[in-house]
Amino acid sequence: MSTATLPLPVMPDTHGHFGRFGGMFVPETLMAALTDLSDHYDRARKDPAFQAELDRLLGDYVGRPTPLYLAERWTEKLGGAKVYLKREDLLHTGAHKINNALGQALLALRLGKKRIIAETGAGQHGVATATVCARFGFDCTIYMGKVDMERQALNVARMRFLGAKVVAVTAGQATLKEAVNEAMRDWVTNVETTHYILGSALGSHPFPMMVRDFHRVIGVEAREQILARENRLPDLLVACVGGGSNAMGLFHPFLNDEGVRMIGVEAGGEGILPEKHAARFQGGRLGVLQGTKTWLLANADGQIELTHSVSAGLDYAAIGPEHAWLHEQGRVEYTYATDDEAMGGFQELSRVEGIIPALESAHAVAHVKKIAPLMSPDDIIVVNLSGRGDKDVAQAARIVFGEDIFKM
Amino acid sequence: MSAPQTANRIDTRFQQLHADSKRAFVAYVCAGDPTLDRTIDVVLALEKAGADIIELGLPFSDPLADGVVNQLAADRALRAGASTQGVLDMIRKLREHTQIPLVLFTYLNPVYAFGYERFHHEAAAAGADGILVLDLPPDEASQNAELKPAPDLRHIQLIAPTSSPERIKQIAASAEGFIYYVSRLGVTGTQTSVATGIAEQVAVIKAASNVPVCVGFGVSNPDQAAEIASKADGVVVGSAIVRLIEQNGSSPDLADRLLAFVKPLVDAVKAV
Repeated sequence: MSTATLPLPVMPDTHGHFGRFGGMFVPETLMAALTDLSDHYDRARKDPAFQAELDRLLGDYVGRPTPLYLAERWTEKLGGAKVYLKREDLLHTGAHKINNALGQALLALRLGKKRIIAETGAGQHGVATATVCARFGFDCTIYMGKVDMERQALNVARMRFLGAKVVAVTAGQATLKEAVNEAMRDWVTNVETTHYILGSALGSHPFPMMVRDFHRVIGVEAREQILARENRLPDLLVACVGGGSNAMGLFHPFLNDEGVRMIGVEAGGEGILPEKHAARFQGGRLGVLQGTKTWLLANADGQIELTHSVSAGLDYAAIGPEHAWLHEQGRVEYTYATDDEAMGGFQELSRVEGIIPALESAHAVAHVKKIAPLMSPDDIIVVNLSGRGDKDVAQAARIVFGEDIFKM
Repeated sequence: MSAPQTANRIDTRFQQLHADSKRAFVAYVCAGDPTLDRTIDVVLALEKAGADIIELGLPFSDPLADGVVNQLAADRALRAGASTQGVLDMIRKLREHTQIPLVLFTYLNPVYAFGYERFHHEAAAAGADGILVLDLPPDEASQNAELKPAPDLRHIQLIAPTSSPERIKQIAASAEGFIYYVSRLGVTGTQTSVATGIAEQVAVIKAASNVPVCVGFGVSNPDQAAEIASKADGVVVGSAIVRLIEQNGSSPDLADRLLAFVKPLVDAVKAV
């Protein structure tokens, strides 16, 4: 259970620090834009008109609230705790990412920016951003690693249909980290006309706070729903953690609920060996990357290490700074699931519940598979099903059936 | 900000330049590109060409404020094995040959991994004079006890075209060595024209500070160098030199080619 003393202090401080983590570690060329963004966000979140517009679109356009679904057959199969799924996979565009993309698009309107850029790993944040850009008429450019474009070809095509320009990033290992670097470079250059919709609870202040806030709706709904259904709070929350936005969204409204245990599941890749995983709390170190001080995977010289995960959305060298703080506080536990375990979760949920999870979410599913059987039938688990697996079907078919579905 | 006890080569150089009514020529190269040994030849060639100060990149795997030319240089250096200790050892060797002021130009993570204070200590002991950490703004330096400026090195600060007058005052108040004014928005890289408004911004900075102001980002030919030199205390040239090293890294004539390319740039600056 939580070893932290509750209630936790309100985080971050006014400069974006979560204890010794977070902050604004950016070149001077970005300071003005980040300060401006902070100021506008501060005003927007206190403005009932902004919140009302966001709520209206979250309802009519995005499809909130999402169901909290009791996975009866899976619960029976696991033979332990009762498992509920928070169905973010049912949202428009197929994942939780649109909660944040929509919030930031409304903010960009207030900032008077005409152009939006974003990075994407699995493509879900890119699709969500391209979607809201189409909805509001923003010019849209998405940076995506070339390797990720290959494993998420479907999402690349979706972004193009939505009117976005998708730029392939070939530097380094050509995945999410390099896409963030490229998006930052674009932003530094075009900061006067462009808003950068960062897609995870990462980067410089105010992004980790703002992205978390836009996803808090996940936990707020889940809390109301479980109380209505079970008349009590859950014993355990489980979510996958890449940068950590879906986990922050689910966890945050429960942080001060003493009896609620929380587990974040990182990508264990092929195992905890250098360059074979993306589990920052396993073999990572404290450092500064892309604007924030946090746990990351780097060598002794501070050079960022290669990462690996079957899931493009978790394949990233740093974890969001609030997770680093919650880890230090002992409030949230962090573990990992390997590629093989995630593939097992992917297949099990598909077969038993008729729900194909995203490979990212499949990491959370894999951990529930391990832990639920050890718990009592009186215990309740809520797992965040952050996205649906349609985008992963081609890759999963290659891994599981050894087939290229486009050549059948 | 604590003042160093002994004279710093950067300060001494600017005092001489001021006495001679000359502008500074600041050259950037990435340490370890193409190899650490060749970096010694590169720096000596730049000194021979008349450079006053060398900015020496300590390579980082994720240089998000740099354009593709400097990014590739960092990749080459890291692939060739440029470790942090290796760069410090190279500086120590370099000091057997030259007393040219050296500013380390890098990102926070390599410095942090080495140990922030320890890095300052050992870099100064090796012979470095200043440090510019691109992603360490003065706000964070003052809010993190473990990132308090150590007195061993001059802390060079950046100011951007988007920096507000209040922010310029704040940065200028803690400036040491010189201020690096980034003359245009964007990442490092060569440009075909000189940004506008430089003279006005330099005047604002100089009104708030008593350290020299050097201007860079995109200077690639003698005309641009002269134009900027007429508006500031110094000119920084980086990517244009790095590109020359990229193209001639393995050539035995690298030093001669650098001399031939850089000398006209220096001459243009010194003629102002």
